[in-house]
Amino acid sequence: MTLELKNVAKRVGTDTHIFATNLTLATKGFNILLGATNAGKTTLIKLMTGLERPTSGEIWFDGKNVTGVSAQRRNVSLVHQFFVNYPNMSVYENIASPLRVARIRGPEIERRVGETAELLRLTPMLRRRPSELSGGQQQRTALARAIVKDSALVLLDEPLANLDYKLREELRDELPRLFEDRGTIVVYATSEPSEALLLGGHTATLHEGRITQFGATAAAYRAPPDLATARVFSDPPINAAAVVKQGGEVALNADVRWPAVGAIANAPDGEYTVGVRPHFVAPAQQSESAVGLDGRVLVTELSGSESVAHFELGDQTWVAQSHGVQAYEIGEMHRFFVDVSRCLYFGADGALVTAAAA
Amino acid sequence: MNKTENQRAWFFVAPVLVLVAFNALIPLMTVVNYSVQETFGNNVFFWQGVGWFEQLLHSERFQAALGRQIVFTAIILAIEIPLGVAIALTMPRKGPWVSVCLVLMALPLLIPWNVVGAMWNIFALPEIGLLGRAINALGIDYNMTQQPLAAWFTTILMDVWHWTSLVVLLAYAGLISIPDAYYQAAEIDGARPWAVFRYIQLPKMKQVLTIAILLRFIDSFMIYTEPFVLTGGGPGNATTFLSIDLVKVALGQFDLGPAAAMSLIYFIMTLLASWVFYTVMTKNDAR
Repeated sequence: MTLELKNVAKRVGTDTHIFATNLTLATKGFNILLGATNAGKTTLIKLMTGLERPTSGEIWFDGKNVTGVSAQRRNVSLVHQFFVNYPNMSVYENIASPLRVARIRGPEIERRVGETAELLRLTPMLRRRPSELSGGQQQRTALARAIVKDSALVLLDEPLANLDYKLREELRDELPRLFEDRGTIVVYATSEPSEALLLGGHTATLHEGRITQFGATAAAYRAPPDLATARVFSDPPINAAAVVKQGGEVALNADVRWPAVGAIANAPDGEYTVGVRPHFVAPAQQSESAVGLDGRVLVTELSGSESVAHFELGDQTWVAQSHGVQAYEIGEMHRFFVDVSRCLYFGADGALVTAAAA
Repeated sequence: MNKTENQRAWFFVAPVLVLVAFNALIPLMTVVNYSVQETFGNNVFFWQGVGWFEQLLHSERFQAALGRQIVFTAIILAIEIPLGVAIALTMPRKGPWVSVCLVLMALPLLIPWNVVGAMWNIFALPEIGLLGRAINALGIDYNMTQQPLAAWFTTILMDVWHWTSLVVLLAYAGLISIPDAYYQAAEIDGARPWAVFRYIQLPKMKQVLTIAILLRFIDSFMIYTEPFVLTGGGPGNATTFLSIDLVKVALGQFDLGPAAAMSLIYFIMTLLASWVFYTVMTKNDAR
């Protein structure tokens, strides 16, 4: 079973929200839509549900053209970033509501609601109203409403964005298990690269209404096709700086240069943009090939067990991310080391320099 | 930590105390004072105890006025709340027409009470008023200065015209605060319009509707200016509501004692009804 978007585009007035898009989604693993706010994730999801019609192009589902079919006839479920439940129904009635609309028999409803509630650990809360639940439980209820329908297509639009850190982690770990072996196409929109990496599956990166890349999540992460995609799929943001390649060397400035290794080795001389993910910028030398950068530490942050330092290098700001708690002195000079074998190079048009292209 | 104790807090509390004393407590206590005494003028007072209250509660005139008041308020609420919600539901949620609708809705609310009364008085006159002429032209004998039923009809119509907008605006505010996500969820579920109203819009409007009902209850229960200008409480006593009756007693007959007793009973009834109503309406949320 597949969901296919064929040249689907969406324009509102003179604004183009989604440029002509081709995408084929399958049932295996999560399909992640990764993009910043306003990149078009929600529009794309609305098009997939049938809440909105594409301006041009066709949507095919399970071998049938469903472009003009309304949302309620498409057998889809949608979970929003906000916790959307019917406010004056109990949790039980909320979960049962899609089944009641579908005119399913009483005992069958009871069985399916019971099963789903058990799966989402909502059984003790079935008699309560949504307003009496915590945020996490409210979102579980919304998820239960989506799951109980046994839809062929489930769309999750930033479902964890409004939850606090602990609940988000907990629910994120559960999500893949919930949809395992259901034969459902799951689409998961998020603005956080880390979520995409944790959930695995396939990732489509969205940038300003275009899908810039689609593929297995890990592969997509390793080889972004251009700088814009690399920026979308990097958190903290990828370091990007202008470099000049001359002969066998790449020069960042008069003092910092390193040997051109990898894809850049065979590329013609000229100006490039180097992209270095923050976790390849280390506070200490870890390999012989690492190049030192002397920067003034501006800001440091701790996130979980990670240390993030923002430092000034000439007129640029770089970010370094490393494991453990690092002792940086703000305002002091510190030598950071860039693993040059992990550098990505982008040409003047923003496209990744690959070994094949060179 | 050292806790410093001093009397400085009184400086902050005192203005409020003075304000409340002058605008609420002192006037109220003056009324209480009058309500238990009898006076024949010249500032000579005689102790009366609860005499005025007993007399009032047994008086047919008071009971009739109270009865009229309750029926009037009940009719007003029964018409204005559903009508207001219905109008709010038909208003656009976005687009250029929103401001047009809002201004149109707000217009009646901006007209002073006595002007509304005067307007409707002329409007409803059988010989020259547009409404009066129109109804009579339909072959219905209509004269609000002589027929109690016509007077009631006009008074209610006037109040509906004047105050339904308030319910509309409040209900509309409740409606537009519902995120699109709810409607999308309902659409995907395949919910019918009635189900959307019953399970999404109505529950989400509950709080503003509580306020709307409370405001309309208090306002219509204390209505004075409009019927006073429109009908003067007539014909006969047909539209003499509580406050009109109260003014007749206090200023027309200058019976300060009974008028004070009546004011207190009136005040307590309004307060009690509002409190009971509010408690019942918000009970579910607190649970």
